[in-house]
Amino acid sequence: MYFNEEFETLPRPALEALQLKRLQAVVEKVCADVPFYTESFLQAGLKPGDVRSLDDLQRLPFTTKQDMRDSYPYGLFAAPLEEIVRIHASSGTTGKPTVVGYTRKDIDTWSDLMARSFVAAGAHRGDIIHNAYGYGLFTGGLGAHYGAELLGASVIPISGGNTKRQIMIMQDFGSTVLTCTPSYSLFMAEEARAEGVDFKKLKLRVGIFGAEPWSEAMRGEIEEKLNLAAIDIYGLSEIMGPGVAIECIEAKKGLHIWEDHFIPEIIDPETGRRLPQGERGELVITTITKQGIPLIRYRTRDITSITYEPCACGRTHARISRMSGRCDDMLIIRGVNVFPSQIESILVGIEGVEPHYLLIVDRRDNLDTLEVQVEVDEQLFSDEIKILQLLSKRIEKEIKDVLGVTCTAKLVEPRTIQRSEGKAKRVIDNRKL
Amino acid sequence: MKVEQISIFIENKSGRLAEITRILGEGGINIRALSLADTSDFGILRLIVNDVDTANKVLKEKGFTVNKTEVVAVEVPDRPGGLGAILKALDAEQINVEYMYAFVERCGGNAVIIFRFDDADKAINALKANNFSVLAGERLYSM
Repeated sequence: MYFNEEFETLPRPALEALQLKRLQAVVEKVCADVPFYTESFLQAGLKPGDVRSLDDLQRLPFTTKQDMRDSYPYGLFAAPLEEIVRIHASSGTTGKPTVVGYTRKDIDTWSDLMARSFVAAGAHRGDIIHNAYGYGLFTGGLGAHYGAELLGASVIPISGGNTKRQIMIMQDFGSTVLTCTPSYSLFMAEEARAEGVDFKKLKLRVGIFGAEPWSEAMRGEIEEKLNLAAIDIYGLSEIMGPGVAIECIEAKKGLHIWEDHFIPEIIDPETGRRLPQGERGELVITTITKQGIPLIRYRTRDITSITYEPCACGRTHARISRMSGRCDDMLIIRGVNVFPSQIESILVGIEGVEPHYLLIVDRRDNLDTLEVQVEVDEQLFSDEIKILQLLSKRIEKEIKDVLGVTCTAKLVEPRTIQRSEGKAKRVIDNRKL
Repeated sequence: MKVEQISIFIENKSGRLAEITRILGEGGINIRALSLADTSDFGILRLIVNDVDTANKVLKEKGFTVNKTEVVAVEVPDRPGGLGAILKALDAEQINVEYMYAFVERCGGNAVIIFRFDDADKAINALKANNFSVLAGERLYSM
């Protein structure tokens, strides 16, 4: 089953011809309208006309998350604000988010790709889609929502949280498709069991899980506990949001990346050189149809590999493997991007707190947990328990307020957090992914 | 009339208390009274010792977080209602007790209680006005 059969099964020569045409147009456009690209092409000694084949893409300069931060908020937009109908943002290291804008056509494209993704995952018109991705600045909720509506399914915009109500609604409304983070799905399963609700008696058939890394082992656990087919979806707000790539239910072996809108490359993150098919490296994506904020060779920092082998489902689009990690220090905790440096700046802002801290990420009862260890030095120390407890509460609250992540602050003895020369080890990630 | 107490931050890990007592023992420090306040994550060990400055120094050298705080030592008549009379006098002046613990030795047949007040000076005045005996640090350290 396809949502957009013509494009999803386009023979590769035709797909590549379309990519080249669209790539040339987007390069022309950004060089003319986005000063950042005018400058970066100039520095690389390139003109838009130099892109004569898809191979020429390798010669173009990269765009990084830092470039987006430097252009905060609208510097990389290629369309005037009059044409932007939606703005989303994701968190960044400096406390300033990364901002993306969508034109009407971008929203239509996103909806189309998300609808394709739903169908690839085995959803169809008539399904009741229980969308538990967060609605808001985060792209997850609205991205999935628009795709579900375009598909013609009935979408329940329940967003995240209030798990008991989620379970009641799944039961009473007869939800057939669940969309949320994989860790939240397992938390729901635990809650359901506590409430005496049997997932096997629910109508759920498919779960579409993304926004955080997960493993094959976790897929097995989810499928067993929730009694549904668990499908991996990939996306990032810089490129679009959810629906950049998705597994097909036929094969569940790699995520089809919608190549008529994105050109994927795998590079060696150290040298920046393109790697051959099958080798692991950093995923780089060029958006070739986006109007709001087209990006040339955006470095996602996600580690994966790519294959162009034909797939059982008949889609001709390349597949990327399940993300095996990130090549920088960003943590994804319950779907929220968290940089250790963000926590550092919050801690440093609290009087008396030294920037010696350690983040311990774990997964308990299937939910990500974050423990922030802070050293208690003489400045902080009080011989009254309540003052120290207020301090940990304050740390927890500030992190929650700024980053939207719940954590536990743990006060530890001075000099017990390991120091290292050069890059400090700020994070211990105990999640078995 | 105040008494110096040292407080030490302790993580809830096995062997920390033993380590502190070992350091103090090696430093020739005698513990006169102690109290341990604990939460699930950490504890605060409060000590009255015979030599505050040396104790402070040896513990800091070993990397412990140590604070000196001023507390008040009060003689409590060793009979029913003895402590109650003291607390009543303090309550009348609206003085809060942050925490308190008992001293090991007796002082001429009376018990000794260590108090941490929100306002130590006011507490001392109130106690004296009610004819309670407040002990000086020197006397306590050498008891």
